[in-house]
Amino acid sequence: MILDPLQRLGRSGISFFGRLGRGNVFLLQTLAGLPALLLRPGLIVRQIYSVGVLTLLIILVSGLFVGMVLGLQGYNTLADFGAEESLGVAVALALVRELGPVVTGLLFAGRAGSALTAEIGLMKATEQLSGMEMMAVDPMKRVIAPRFLAGFLSMPLLAAIFSAVGVYGGFFVGVGLLGVDEGAYWSQMQANVDLQDDIYNGVIKSIVFGFAVAWIAVFEGYDAVPTSEGVSRATTRTVVHSALVVLGLDFVLTALMFGD
Amino acid sequence: MKQSKAVEIGVGLFVAAGMAALFMLAMKVSNLSTGNIGESYTIIAAFDNIGGLKVRSPVTVSGVRVGRVDSISYDFETFEAVVGLRIGTAYDKFPEDTTASIFTAGLLGEQYVALDPGGSDDNLEPGDRIQLTQSALVLEQMIGQFLYNTAASEGE
Amino acid sequence: MVQVRNLVFARGERMIFDGIDLDIARGSVTAIMGPSGTGKTTLLKLIGGQLCPQSGSITVDGENVPGLGISALYKLRQRMGMMFQSGALLTDMSVFDNIAFPIREHTDLPETLVRDLVLMKLQAVGLRGASNLMPNELSGGMARRVAMARAIALDPMMVMYDEPFTGQDPISKGIVVKLIHELNAALGLTSIVVSHDVQETAAIADYVYLLSGGKVVDQGAPDSLWESASEWSQQFLNGEPDGPVPFHYPAPAFRDDLIGGGRRA
Repeated sequence: MILDPLQRLGRSGISFFGRLGRGNVFLLQTLAGLPALLLRPGLIVRQIYSVGVLTLLIILVSGLFVGMVLGLQGYNTLADFGAEESLGVAVALALVRELGPVVTGLLFAGRAGSALTAEIGLMKATEQLSGMEMMAVDPMKRVIAPRFLAGFLSMPLLAAIFSAVGVYGGFFVGVGLLGVDEGAYWSQMQANVDLQDDIYNGVIKSIVFGFAVAWIAVFEGYDAVPTSEGVSRATTRTVVHSALVVLGLDFVLTALMFGD
Repeated sequence: MKQSKAVEIGVGLFVAAGMAALFMLAMKVSNLSTGNIGESYTIIAAFDNIGGLKVRSPVTVSGVRVGRVDSISYDFETFEAVVGLRIGTAYDKFPEDTTASIFTAGLLGEQYVALDPGGSDDNLEPGDRIQLTQSALVLEQMIGQFLYNTAASEGE
Repeated sequence: MVQVRNLVFARGERMIFDGIDLDIARGSVTAIMGPSGTGKTTLLKLIGGQLCPQSGSITVDGENVPGLGISALYKLRQRMGMMFQSGALLTDMSVFDNIAFPIREHTDLPETLVRDLVLMKLQAVGLRGASNLMPNELSGGMARRVAMARAIALDPMMVMYDEPFTGQDPISKGIVVKLIHELNAALGLTSIVVSHDVQETAAIADYVYLLSGGKVVDQGAPDSLWESASEWSQQFLNGEPDGPVPFHYPAPAFRDDLIGGGRRA
């Protein structure tokens, strides 16, 4: 009896490493499918539409609100130090370095990642993937690779849009409602946000997050147990794992980039 | 086929919006437009202590940004920090006895180099060394000094 | 056309096939029958190379399927059609595009020719009028027919039908029976039909294999099978509720179980 918890731990450990291994093999297969895609840009465009364009609305709205909240909170805090003029810097740095990539990554996992997993999982459950194989069409190339690539490409664009909209959201609240000087808002921002340190690093973060979330989403879909319960579990796993991975990676990347 | 047209247009707009956002971040939010000072020359200043000065920190004169810190190194001959200042060629008429000081922008802001022109007739040439410098104020030193002074005055 | 020799396949602990031999003659309609869970679909997947057997050989048109590399396997699959039980239509494209899918993937034919080919296949299954519908707008029987049209889109040498009659109303069943029979004759196909619908299958099959417990238990032309079959086969073919396959799942004696009360071993 005393072995039970240990056994369970061991078993879940084994299954964890098994999944990790499968995930990596799967990633290699997906990457191997990418070159063939270059000949068929239509497939990618179609997927960028469902992964990127359909996520755009939630990104725009969230970006605007996050920017506005930053403007409000930042103003109240900075006003204590008499440093309202630095509002632009505070909003821009928070967005570009952290919130842009991270919140976009989380929203992307919730909106696009879960949809990818569910779609691929259902294709598996309804034998569509198997059917493609029997039609001598490799689902890795035809189904998985374009979705992965679309997710990977869309994410940095979405994060950039999020940050840009957020900066205007902060501008709207700070300058429009709270009376921060418009010139100070922009000039302080420009003086203190560095293209290399802040913008590039933010973009790199969003590329890494896009890679991770797209990978998790297509893998969970492909690895799903082909039943309705299995697909729903896989979808949940995509959102949970993506969120954890995004936040964990964010810490690692931040430490690497800004931790000198 | 009509549907795929709409998809293509949607994706086109999306990519364009993403690019525009990146461009906006680069041009309007970051220091790309201000940090780029075009043609420049370098002069050198040595400080006892540069505090939190970093490469790319601004160099200003009377609050006008004229360049940025290009390099920071340590000289074992003089035991001083040697800072290279890249100044735009538009600002090439600084007198020889210009003072370079390290200040902090606001209470919590970053540190920058402020130049204060002197009265000499000769101008600094590229590669010249600024003779008169004022180090950064280090908070701990100030506090230490303050405590020391207080203790000294109480002891009297 | 297809030769299976001494095939052994197990899923984990569970033995699915324990040394079976099958021969499928070119141009024939061969039926593989057996109760649910005997691995009939698994057999099709083995023939299609989607699964790999533990031992034994599967030869399709002279090529040993388990030994083929990926590209050779894909080449071979272009000459096989398969109709899945669920139809397995791609849900994000119309009926027309579903049938055009294998043609577009594997050939560089101009779009007008693709259109002609697709309409030809749809005409053959009587669904030319439905070419613009999406798969979710089709009834089960129509989806099956579209899947059939797709299976023959590349003019394969052989078509495998996985449970083509299951869950169909009598009219749809009749249509599918007629189509399998006619397509096989008209296109010179070799057909493998996996099913447990005795009447429909017997009507079109040239030869029948009965599988149970991982073995081939009976084989022969449908008519002779009815005469000669073993006790087990008689039960299966006539659908008797009790016989060699017992009605009861193995259990301790009913009386003991009742007396035993709540105590379960």
